[in-house]
Formats: sequence, C-alpha cells, structure tokens
Amino acid sequence: MGMAGESQFHVLAVDDSIIDRKWIEKLLKTSSFQVTVVDSVSKALEFLGLQEAEQRNHHQETKVNLIITDYSMPGMTGYDLLKKIKGSTSLKGIPVVIMSSENIPSRINRCLEEGAEDFFLKPVQLSDVKRLRPHLLGWRTLVEI
Amino acid sequence: MEVVQMQRRFVEYAASLFREGFLDGQFTQLQQLQDESNPDFVVEVVSLFFEDSEKLLNDLSRALDQQNVDFKRVDSHVHQLKGSSSSIGAQRVKNACIAFRNYCEEQNTDACLSCLQQVKQEYSLVKSKLETLFRVSARSLLLKDKTNLESGFQTSFSKSDC
Repeated sequence: MGMAGESQFHVLAVDDSIIDRKWIEKLLKTSSFQVTVVDSVSKALEFLGLQEAEQRNHHQETKVNLIITDYSMPGMTGYDLLKKIKGSTSLKGIPVVIMSSENIPSRINRCLEEGAEDFFLKPVQLSDVKRLRPHLLGWRTLVEI
Repeated sequence: MEVVQMQRRFVEYAASLFREGFLDGQFTQLQQLQDESNPDFVVEVVSLFFEDSEKLLNDLSRALDQQNVDFKRVDSHVHQLKGSSSSIGAQRVKNACIAFRNYCEEQNTDACLSCLQQVKQEYSLVKSKLETLFRVSARSLLLKDKTNLESGFQTSFSKSDC
C-alpha cells in the first residue's frame, strides 16, 4: 500500500478566482486535508481522469475524496462539473460541494437535486470546511460496506 | 517601551480600519488563519487582491470606453471584484461593487462610469490603508525581534556564568 497509517482526506478544489483559491486552500490545509487546487472545470476533469488511470494501475496516491467547486466560472460551471461527476460511473461516488457568492434559492435547490452534498456561501468560513468531515465519513462507510 | 508603543499603534490603526468600515470580519478570518507555518499569509492574499483588482479596474475602464458597451462583460468584471473584495474583507469596495451591478443591469453607461470612479476611490483608499497597516506591523515585529535578540543575549550571557 505504501501509504502512511493516518490517511488524510484528499480534496480537489475548483475556483477561477486566484484569491478564492488561496483562501480555500488555506482553509482546507488548516483543517488537515490534503489539497489539490485547479482554476477550471476542464483542469479538474483532467486531474480526475488522470486519477482514474492511476487507480487502474493501483496507485492510490491521488485518490480524491471530495470535490469543492465554485458555481460561477467561465466556460464550464460548477454545476456542469457536478453533472459530469454524477453522470460518471467511476466518479459519481465522490461527494461534491458547491460554493457561490450569490444566495439564490433556486440555484441551491438545483444543485442539491443534482446530487450536491452541500452548498457554501462565499466567503467560505472555517466552520463550513469543518462540516465536510461527516460528508466524507458517510461516503467512506458506504464504500466499506 | 518602543515595542509596546509600536504594537499599540498597530492595534489602534487596525481597529480604526474596522470602525470606519474599510475592513470587515472576513479580514479577521484571514488574520486568524495566519500562523508560524505561513507567517506572510495575510500579506500574500492581499497582494494577490491588489494585482487582481488593478487588472479588473483597467478592464472595466476599457469596457466602459467602448462605443457599444457590453454590459454583460462589465457586470462580469464587477462580479469578480465584488467576490475578491468580499473574500479579503474589503467592505467598502464590496459595497461599491454591489451598487455598480445594479446600474449594469439598467445598462446605464453614465451611472456605471460614476460607479467605477467610486470603486476606484474605495480601492485606492483601502490599498493605502492596508499598506500602512503592513508597514506598522512589520516595524513592530522588527522591533520585537531586535528587543528579543538583545534580551536573549543578556540571558545566555548570565547563564554561562557557571
């Protein structure tokens, strides 16, 4: 296995704002998560695609346990990413959390209906990030069964 | 004595920025996450904000200078600036952006130009105040280090008398 006994959860964060990327990375690292940050949905899909290939070769290092993504991004949006993840047989088990600076109930509902685990209003707080663990543990328990 | 004075000056200056609404609770969040592993975190994030904002303000000036203003584009830039100012706690810049977006919706060029001036002003103000804050903070830290070094030397000197 080659991994340390205490395995950290690996979070993939997606945001087109450089300031927000720095902020979410800090929040996640402070909460003891392993973090990968990308600036677009296409880069996220690329990373996840690579991850899939590595899993096939039994390299578990880059396994992603949770995705946290901004909603509004140029090109593909966080909502598009959510749909892609939930529509993929290999990736649909990964919990997805959406972040947005806009508190629009219909947007929030749409994301939750599409399978988003949670919805964070920006600026994201440390207390929001601390709420991620139960989502991760829940999913992992299911997988173990 | 000098160290305490500098530190007090820093605390008082920071407090005034919050009191006058230049900064809000989000800036405190940034400060709270700074630690020994990343002692320049706040300066780093704020520097990114300065770089990003200056680019956005230039883009906004250019976008509003067009014959046929693309209000969607203008709104997108303002939305970005509103987001980043909100993320670092630059409250007055954020509020100026909120007002700006309303006029984008109305597609009112003159009002937008006026809002842009307002945003530029607020940005300029918070930039200079944050730079002052960092300068005062750096000075108080330098003085603290200098004082620690001096007293540390005296301590080890007396310990070596065995």
